[in-house]
Amino acid sequence: MPHDDHDHPHSLLPSDPALRVKALETILVAKGLVDPAAMAVILETYETKVGPHLGARVVARAWADPRFRALLLKNANAAMAELGVTGRQGEHVVAVENTPGTHNMVVCTLCSCYPWPLLGIPPAWYKSDAYRARAVREPRKVLAEFGVTLPEGQKVRVWDSTAEVRYLVVPMRPEGTEGMDEAALATLVTRDSMIGTGLPLAP
Amino acid sequence: MTRVHDMGGRFGDGPVVPEPQGMVPFAKPWHREALALTLAAGALGQWSIDRSRHVRECLSPEDYTRFSYYEIWLAALAGLLVEKGLVSREELAAGKAEPGAPHPRIFRPAAVGPSLARGTPYTRISNVAPAFAPGDRVRTRLPARNTLVAGGHTRLPAYAAGHVGTVILSHGAHVFPDANAHGLGESPEPLYTVAFDAGDLWGEAERAGDEVTLDLWQSYLEPA
Repeated sequence: MPHDDHDHPHSLLPSDPALRVKALETILVAKGLVDPAAMAVILETYETKVGPHLGARVVARAWADPRFRALLLKNANAAMAELGVTGRQGEHVVAVENTPGTHNMVVCTLCSCYPWPLLGIPPAWYKSDAYRARAVREPRKVLAEFGVTLPEGQKVRVWDSTAEVRYLVVPMRPEGTEGMDEAALATLVTRDSMIGTGLPLAP
Repeated sequence: MTRVHDMGGRFGDGPVVPEPQGMVPFAKPWHREALALTLAAGALGQWSIDRSRHVRECLSPEDYTRFSYYEIWLAALAGLLVEKGLVSREELAAGKAEPGAPHPRIFRPAAVGPSLARGTPYTRISNVAPAFAPGDRVRTRLPARNTLVAGGHTRLPAYAAGHVGTVILSHGAHVFPDANAHGLGESPEPLYTVAFDAGDLWGEAERAGDEVTLDLWQSYLEPA
């Protein structure tokens, strides 16, 4: 059933959010519902292991290796698995490639869907009302707020992540990177370039 | 028909404020705990991702708007715990609880790594045959609504309701959120990515030819 009792349990908790989370944690730990040691491992995972450096490795491999690029665009999860990139909120990934004709940009207007195994925990702006509301209607104005202006003739395709499919933007390989190896290429691949609100760094 | 979370295309939210890249993912210490607590409690397996989304969406518009993102998560977590009988209102009000034996499915540290790396696939075998293929023109339901439960969860945003687009990807059958969020089973059905012309959606595109795509279940669609 919908949940419209207007007597939401959260109103029973302290109003300061830091105290609210502490109260919930105290209750859940006391009742044997949450193990604080598991919380520590979750945070260690997303603060030290899983982040945009993994997506950057995938993009750099795609830039350097045509076979990998073809696989990534056809079956992204199979390509990611070759680099050991798997997991929660990335079970069904589609990689979309920027071209001179099309710039891709990803949003989740209904909540905050984001490819965690490739990019980690989403930044606050990605979850903001402003981004969720505006990315679909005025993507070029939003891009301008990121300092990005697209060339004439490049259309924008905005992907609204309304299901459990997660999107990775594969930016265009910057000019002047011939001869760079994968590790060096990966340093040019920013988080925002894989969401489509940024472009890769110049070498 | 629609709820406060369904904000795609809304005017008036002001600029997007990008953060420096490479920043730590949590702006405040309690954000870390809110995320870890939500994931650890979710691992008890007492609710689906669809249910948790719906409970977030069912916050009053006033609360949803004034809450920061992780406050929305915390409010929904409190709601889910009470809904499932895992925590009582009295315990929430007291901010403490009598010690209890560990839940049989309590998330232990050794399980975290494998569980996060495995994820939860949402594809299913379905007896619903695909009705569409890439290239087909389809029209979305109008108005956007859950046809099983009045006011229920749906993943068809209001801004895309009643529009004609083109199927560009076919994803096989996925769990159907409109049913699964309400305990009506996973009811898997074919899922597609549909591309819409921005000019059709908004009356006027920023630039002719721009597009918006959405992932839409078969029952949201009819042939056009």
